[in-house]
Amino acid sequence: MALLRHTTDDVVERQALTVNPAKTCQPIGAMYAALGINRCLPHSHGSQGCCSYHRSTLSRHYKEPAMAATSSFTEGSSVFGGQANLLQALNTIFSVYDPDVVAVHTTCLSETIGDDIPQIADAAVAKGFVPEGKCVIHCNTPSYVGSHTTGFANMTKAMVDYFSTSTSEDKIADQINIIPGWVEPADMGEIKRLVKMMSLKGITFPDTSGVLDAPLTAEYNMYPKGGATIEQLEATGDSAGTIALGPICSGPAAEALQNKCQVPQNTLPLPIGLRATDMFIQTLRKYNGGNVPAEITAERGRLVDLVSDMSQYFYGKTVALWGDPDQLVSLTQFLVDLDMRPKYIITGTPGKAFLRRIGEVLGDGVKDVIVKQGAQADMLYIHQLIKRERVDLLIGNTYGKYISRDEDIPLIRHGFPILDRIGHQYFPTAGYRGAMRLCEKILDAFLDRQDRDAPEESFELTM
Amino acid sequence: MTTTDILEGRKAHIHEKGAVPFNIACEKQSVAGSVSQRACVFCGSRVVLYPIADALHVIHGPIGCAAYTWDIRGAWSSGPQLHRMSFSTDLQEKDVIYGGEKKLYQALVELIEHYRPKAAFIYSTCIVGLIGDDVEAICRRISAETGVETIPVHSEGFKGSKKDGYSAACNALNQLVGTGDTNGISPLSINILGDFNIAGETWVIKDYYERMGVEVVATITGDGRVDDIRRCHGAALNVVQCSGSMTQLATMMKEKYGIPIIRASYFGIEDMSKALYDVAEYLNDKTVMRNTQNLVRDEVSKLVPQLRKYKKDLKGKRAAVYTGGAFKALSMIRSLRTLGMKTVIAGSQTGNQQDYARLQELSDEGTIILDDTNPLELAKFLEEKKADLLIGGVKERPIAYKLGLGFCDHNHERKIGLAGFEGMLNFAKEVHGTVTSPVWKLAALHRKDVWSATSRQHRQGDES
Ligand code: SF4
Ligand code: SF4
Repeated sequence: MALLRHTTDDVVERQALTVNPAKTCQPIGAMYAALGINRCLPHSHGSQGCCSYHRSTLSRHYKEPAMAATSSFTEGSSVFGGQANLLQALNTIFSVYDPDVVAVHTTCLSETIGDDIPQIADAAVAKGFVPEGKCVIHCNTPSYVGSHTTGFANMTKAMVDYFSTSTSEDKIADQINIIPGWVEPADMGEIKRLVKMMSLKGITFPDTSGVLDAPLTAEYNMYPKGGATIEQLEATGDSAGTIALGPICSGPAAEALQNKCQVPQNTLPLPIGLRATDMFIQTLRKYNGGNVPAEITAERGRLVDLVSDMSQYFYGKTVALWGDPDQLVSLTQFLVDLDMRPKYIITGTPGKAFLRRIGEVLGDGVKDVIVKQGAQADMLYIHQLIKRERVDLLIGNTYGKYISRDEDIPLIRHGFPILDRIGHQYFPTAGYRGAMRLCEKILDAFLDRQDRDAPEESFELTM
Repeated sequence: MTTTDILEGRKAHIHEKGAVPFNIACEKQSVAGSVSQRACVFCGSRVVLYPIADALHVIHGPIGCAAYTWDIRGAWSSGPQLHRMSFSTDLQEKDVIYGGEKKLYQALVELIEHYRPKAAFIYSTCIVGLIGDDVEAICRRISAETGVETIPVHSEGFKGSKKDGYSAACNALNQLVGTGDTNGISPLSINILGDFNIAGETWVIKDYYERMGVEVVATITGDGRVDDIRRCHGAALNVVQCSGSMTQLATMMKEKYGIPIIRASYFGIEDMSKALYDVAEYLNDKTVMRNTQNLVRDEVSKLVPQLRKYKKDLKGKRAAVYTGGAFKALSMIRSLRTLGMKTVIAGSQTGNQQDYARLQELSDEGTIILDDTNPLELAKFLEEKKADLLIGGVKERPIAYKLGLGFCDHNHERKIGLAGFEGMLNFAKEVHGTVTSPVWKLAALHRKDVWSATSRQHRQGDES
């Protein structure tokens, strides 16, 4: 297709240009995180456009209404500041939409103007715009720093800054905080299920399960049942520990909680794949007296069994991956464990720590891997690499479909955003059961491919 | 609107036909704090210029604005696909502090050398407006150095609403118009303005005009080409679809080149036929008129019997229409009537007084007319008015589904063409599919108690 004729295999050094980005901007991450608070309305402090794009993109991915209000900046606001808009906005929001929490994030514009959100929020309280028992939280999300994952991390940290309180020196032994990172609502559900099986009381935040995978009830409910409640968020300060899944998205909140309420933190990779899930369960053991119920051990055993059945097909297969750093680290580990060979690993999200962590996961065993992060680590770049030397499989978000088509390489959709498939919000890839699903998807892709390409004489019933 | 609590500031944007004399507020920024469905200036100009497929579209700003508009339109091109790439200067903090001019210059040099586009459009986003990069000067410099016309699009988001973006796009296009050779253009010729070739719709329309014996000089902007736009001032007539996006360009061309304007809508049997006849009448050519009569007769006689089976099931069903522009809503109401359906709610994001006045004229008593609505309000009216169908855009779909009613995308995310006579058939099929889907029966069980409702169902099943 002519669309992709534009990509050639000569990798041109670019300095000033991002082509087909493998990231997006901070506010959408803040918006997604905020939707993981029960009865929360995210609020975008800036012009209408950003908010509209963020909501559309979340709606396209989750196939759910993604609610958020906007300060509706005008030219005047960009000159005189957005204070008047935000005051009016808070007044409107509480009287019309009646949320328990308004979670304000900035956009490039308000950030550059330098609006002081806490000060404006205080003024709103003083004017009586914020009803008793309701609150306004905020975080700064300048889009020209970091990426959407940074915005997610910032809003998650804001939950700690605003809510977490420790009521006593003694922590509640079987209560732990889980910060699940940027994963699908179904993954959050799966993580919660594991915590419960480990007989622990978990407080998960943000928690978009039940919000962005809400059931159809033939009624429109602006605030679906799910999400972490204010009481739960407050109680995080009394937990025995925090497990932060993914250092980029969840690390800052866990650290803040440790500093603020002395809740010890464990930062782990996202529990995607076998070993990362093992680490998660091992860490949970620290808090439940060391017990792992037989059912979890059996789940793990089933996964290993499945991998053994599939191992002959996975051996040596090469993969190109792109997406968010936390996701990529765990996925890479899993692929290595499956005896596959990650070959190109790309994230638009800047931050050198990623290179180190990927290096650790790959170890010395996996050679010739190209890992790149930052502005010029984009979909054009990964496509150019593939044109030079092919891979057997692509794993990443929907934006890989052009490469998949042009190069005729199967694509497994994973990460954010997935704009052209339905169901991902319901089926977890986290935990052992999620790993089984991932394996199934990968193997199906290979075998479908083999069936499709097989000449008549080698097309077989059993494979 | 008794049972619905409406925010004071919103009251003026809602009108119920028949209740009081018509007077609706519109063309205003949304109230701060509303969950508005509206977009920004940048969005407006981007969607209008997007389908020009042999031009380079570069978004100057932080990454988001480019990422969210990357190939989301489905405006098909019959040739080059350059418009579907996402190019951004990806401004970083230091650029915001020191200015992004150098980066933009560098990016354009790299891009133009690599792609040799026919022209380049450079969109300024909010932040660029704020830090004050002189985009115009850079465009001039690049044009001079590369010979590729590089056109700034002043689309800073905060400077207004989507509509102002249309105007920015028209200004940008105006720089191209009049720069090409008009030799050889037939006196029986038109430009198609304001169609974006979503799911190939421009091709359908163009084909009709060509069957009438009319030359289409340029399609602006669906399946657009820079060179066609350069010479489009040689056409005898501008046919403008959609109330907002292209009227300004047509008006500029009227003033400068004396090209008259006809407004058209390509949705529904009546509007589609009228559009073709209007053009034929204007061109005042016997053959064209005869061809038009034949074409309309053929198409309509093919179409009408095919609509019958859908109409049977859809008769009396109730629809809500919430579109980007209001002009389209008028065609929707007519098309729904053709299918035997009634429109109980009609609204738009960007309509003006005149649009709304016509909307209310066309509507039945009791129809709710909405400007720039929000999801809560929309959901309440949908329930109150017992709608069976919502026609809207991407953010409305999940709201309709949650309520357990059908949905049809009549915005840029539709995947099948709805324009023209064959489009009307597609529309009927799509509406029929969604309104009569068995899933809403399953969903309706939730309205009561699911379990007692299902046991009742099972009992009935046993008896029959
Ligand atoms: S409002 Fe401004 S920053 Fe936001 S999308 Fe529009 S141009 Fe971009
Ligand atoms: S990059 Fe900035 S201006 Fe663009 S959509 Fe994101 S927040 Fe808005």
